[in-house]
Amino acid sequence: MIGRDEVRHVARLARLELSDEEVDRMAVELAGVLEHISTIGELDLDGVAPTSHVVAVENALRPDEPRPSLARERVLAGAPAVVDDGFAVPSPQA
Amino acid sequence: MSSALEPVIGLEIHVQLATATKLFCGCELSFGAPANTHTCAVCLGLPGALPVVNARAIHFGLMIGMALGCEIAPRSIFHRKNYFYPDLPKGYQISQYDEPLCRGGELAGVRIHRVHLEEDAAKLVHIGASGRIHGSEQSLVDFNRGGTPLVEIVTEPDVHSPAQAREWLELLRVTLRVLGVSDVNMDEGSLRADANVSLRAAGSEQLGTKTELKNMNSFRFLERGVAAEIERQRAILEAGEEVVQETLHFDPSSGAISSLRSKEEAHDYRYFPEPDLVPIATTEAMLDAARTAMPELPAARAERFERELGLGAERARQLAFRAELGDFYERALAADAAHPRRLADWVGGELVGALADEDPAASTVSPAALAALVAMVAERTLTVTAAREVLGVLVADGGDPGQIVAARGLEAIDDEAGLAAIVARVVAGDPQAAEQVRAGNAKAIGALIGPVMRETRGRADGAEVTRLIHAALGLQSADDQA
Amino acid sequence: MSELVRLSAAQAAAAVGAGELDPLALFEAYRARAAADQLNAFTWVAEGAPEPVGGPLGGVPLAVKDLFCTEGVPSQSGSRILEGYRPPYTATVVERLARAGAPLLAKTNQDEFAMGSSTENSAFGPVRNPWDHGRVPGGSSGGSAAAVAAGLAPWALGTDTGGSIRQPAALCGIVGLKPTYGAVSRYGMIAFASSLDQAGPLARDVTDAALLYSQMVGERDPCDSTSLTFPGPIELPQRADLRGLRLGVPAELTGEGIEPGVLEVFEAAIQLARSLGATVEPCALPHAPHALAAYYVLAPAEASSNLARFDGVRYGYRASDADDLLAMYTRTRHDGFGAEVKRRIMLGTYALSSGYYDAYYGRAQRVRTKIAEDFAAAFERFDFIVTPTAPGVAFEFGAKTADPFAMYLNDFCTVPMSLAGIPAISIPCGLAPPPGGERPLPVGLQLAGPPFSENGLLAASFALEAALAFDGSAVRA
Repeated sequence: MIGRDEVRHVARLARLELSDEEVDRMAVELAGVLEHISTIGELDLDGVAPTSHVVAVENALRPDEPRPSLARERVLAGAPAVVDDGFAVPSPQA
Repeated sequence: MSSALEPVIGLEIHVQLATATKLFCGCELSFGAPANTHTCAVCLGLPGALPVVNARAIHFGLMIGMALGCEIAPRSIFHRKNYFYPDLPKGYQISQYDEPLCRGGELAGVRIHRVHLEEDAAKLVHIGASGRIHGSEQSLVDFNRGGTPLVEIVTEPDVHSPAQAREWLELLRVTLRVLGVSDVNMDEGSLRADANVSLRAAGSEQLGTKTELKNMNSFRFLERGVAAEIERQRAILEAGEEVVQETLHFDPSSGAISSLRSKEEAHDYRYFPEPDLVPIATTEAMLDAARTAMPELPAARAERFERELGLGAERARQLAFRAELGDFYERALAADAAHPRRLADWVGGELVGALADEDPAASTVSPAALAALVAMVAERTLTVTAAREVLGVLVADGGDPGQIVAARGLEAIDDEAGLAAIVARVVAGDPQAAEQVRAGNAKAIGALIGPVMRETRGRADGAEVTRLIHAALGLQSADDQA
Repeated sequence: MSELVRLSAAQAAAAVGAGELDPLALFEAYRARAAADQLNAFTWVAEGAPEPVGGPLGGVPLAVKDLFCTEGVPSQSGSRILEGYRPPYTATVVERLARAGAPLLAKTNQDEFAMGSSTENSAFGPVRNPWDHGRVPGGSSGGSAAAVAAGLAPWALGTDTGGSIRQPAALCGIVGLKPTYGAVSRYGMIAFASSLDQAGPLARDVTDAALLYSQMVGERDPCDSTSLTFPGPIELPQRADLRGLRLGVPAELTGEGIEPGVLEVFEAAIQLARSLGATVEPCALPHAPHALAAYYVLAPAEASSNLARFDGVRYGYRASDADDLLAMYTRTRHDGFGAEVKRRIMLGTYALSSGYYDAYYGRAQRVRTKIAEDFAAAFERFDFIVTPTAPGVAFEFGAKTADPFAMYLNDFCTVPMSLAGIPAISIPCGLAPPPGGERPLPVGLQLAGPPFSENGLLAASFALEAALAFDGSAVRA
């Protein structure tokens, strides 16, 4: 129900590295779950509005007033790689 | 087919709002601050942090929508746009998708498709190789900018030339400036514009394949970039080939168009409604507040200048589109409204000539002083030449025009007989020029006017001097003709 | 066992308030027990007691699930990708409770990123059920539940997304409450599924749960846009009987799929409710059978997005051998996430992806609407809905790990309430042997009510609890 290529494509979207063996296992596991989930395809849901927000709240806004920012040392404290007060990452090429 | 291809251009503009704080957190906006000093749990995307919408950003968004004549949505929501990039701390951007704040609208004949709010990404700076990450190139991320409120304005493909694109963008820019919602400075990145460009057979309704031109950071480059892309596509289509849909970059120094490798190959953003935020319901109070905050917009101001004050279209546009000129003009009019057109010409012509890009409100020329100066010229108690000298003094030192005229003895010469005598002397002294003028060489009269003006030290009216010279030469002057 | 530990949290708070109990002694008694824990219930234990601040919670120390950000203290959400991560801020609810007099005792173990029903998905090892060390305590708040049941903490904070407070409470024989969605701030809770996650109390009895909960709700949190102001205070329950109460029993959640032992205990509890004066009748929740499917689309979808921030750039684990950006992302997330988390990220990404959104995410949102409507209709005829909390008693380690969906089935009684955003409580209502086993294990009874009905739920639970007289003190030795 969900092929290897599709699994690799989804893994790429999710930035997950999967070995070939993991891809195969994932394909089987996902297919199993998707089969259970597909029961929602059987319901008649015409005219039913989707619930995107469970709370009936609107306009939770805040005033445009400054709050203290974090001190830079705390910001960089847990960072895996820091250069010149910036978070260092391999350069994006594509 | 070749000559009947028309350009079809749509613009996508991002405006950084001039709020005090970011869109979803209370960090202050900054420009040029030390890296990572304006961040918090929310805009860093730390685990457990949640966004809360800035009320002022909504207010500015509504003002922009109203200025563009949009339909304001009674209810709009935020969506997550999911993708991975180092300048995107949460791995998604909070934006708006199919329920934006505003839809429709129009400005100067270009229809607006939509206006929505979203957060800006952080800044990624490439720094080259470093020992830390073995061998490979590195980039640094500074999250100060991340979370800055942006308004995205998308037009319909109603623009049909590079020049029109540029002019429209300039009108949009000055409109947003007057609204006070953004610094709209392309150099600083508070105004960014991308263009979607395609060509189609003239008169056809069908749209051709479009390309997206990104990262043009000045109006001039945008105009040139769009023009270059139009030519590139024209060449392709005329060769019988097809335009490929892609994202492109224009290099202003070489004029070349190249493919911009996109951030991700598969643009599957997997949009879904942002569950950490609740819908925005635009209330009457919010709409009233936005309406009340709306100043007169440039297009409306230009139209009013033409209609109520009789200004010519170009002058009206000039004064309306440079808001500080329009403001100065109207303050001068308040001092003396007797000569609106002449005053407009002096503000838009002489004053701009003397001050260039400086805001006249910051100069030493007061609006009342300029109005008084213009009145003297209009009443012919001061020649234009003399008035220019007075303006020079006002620009340098300020002051009152009447006093400057008196102190320098610049009053216009009222004495026709005296002037006629000077004219007679000059004409007699240059028989060659006199002969040429009599022979019909109109330009030669300059050689006679010059000395008269010099002797009268600019206090004689140029037209009057010309008339007297013609009279002295026994010619009918243009003024005398019926 | 220390005498101090015999006291319920409410009793201890009262004793502190009356000057009869030193809060520092109380803290130290629990701290020592937590430090000596054999159940692997904790990921961090305090080294000393903080200055007492007074307050209605009387200095009674609180165990807090690992996923709550606690400034300077490891907050890892049970994951290797956040191993050792110490946040620069504290979750709102933890701060409010500390100010009300419940200092931080320890962080509790959990399924990774709250994804699981057994705590077997923790990167820091599974937690043992105090009733049977070869069995799971339930999940994802397994550490919190085990700690409270074993008397290692007087009370604890957990989170419930699809049942993660209620189900472990049931499997460990204690009380667990999932609030009305929005009643408790989520600021500082490391997110799993934003529209479902809620923090709630795990406690020995209903009174303790009510006391802790009373300090968790109140004015809405301006830092959480989805939070609500609770319309009125939470009262300590006093109800003696259930006269006038109308209870509805949905066939969809009380028949097929429930272990016979659990059903038997459930039926006995229903009878008891009748004897206390409640009317109990069948009610219909026609879309409840589809709730699990909808949940396993919506929750993984939101999770796939919430977990995208774990990319090795700013904090947490980063794979050290990655030369380019793509490898850094994919290897970091491969190494840092466990199998169940990866599965749900994949599932969620798939459900949101181009071409599949309408069939999965879009439909699941509509099923959610129908489920909410089902409950609203039911609550016109009934005060509360009653079901078993979990379909079975505590199972053995490894019993349900072969097939992901077998594990997901543990949630089928609790997930509908999560989707509808309504409050629900689990109280221990008896013991039953597992299928093919002998030693009796706890069974939980779930009551669910309309939004903001927590006072009523607590009151009804209090009356039932007194009549049930469930005694969990044996495992607190």
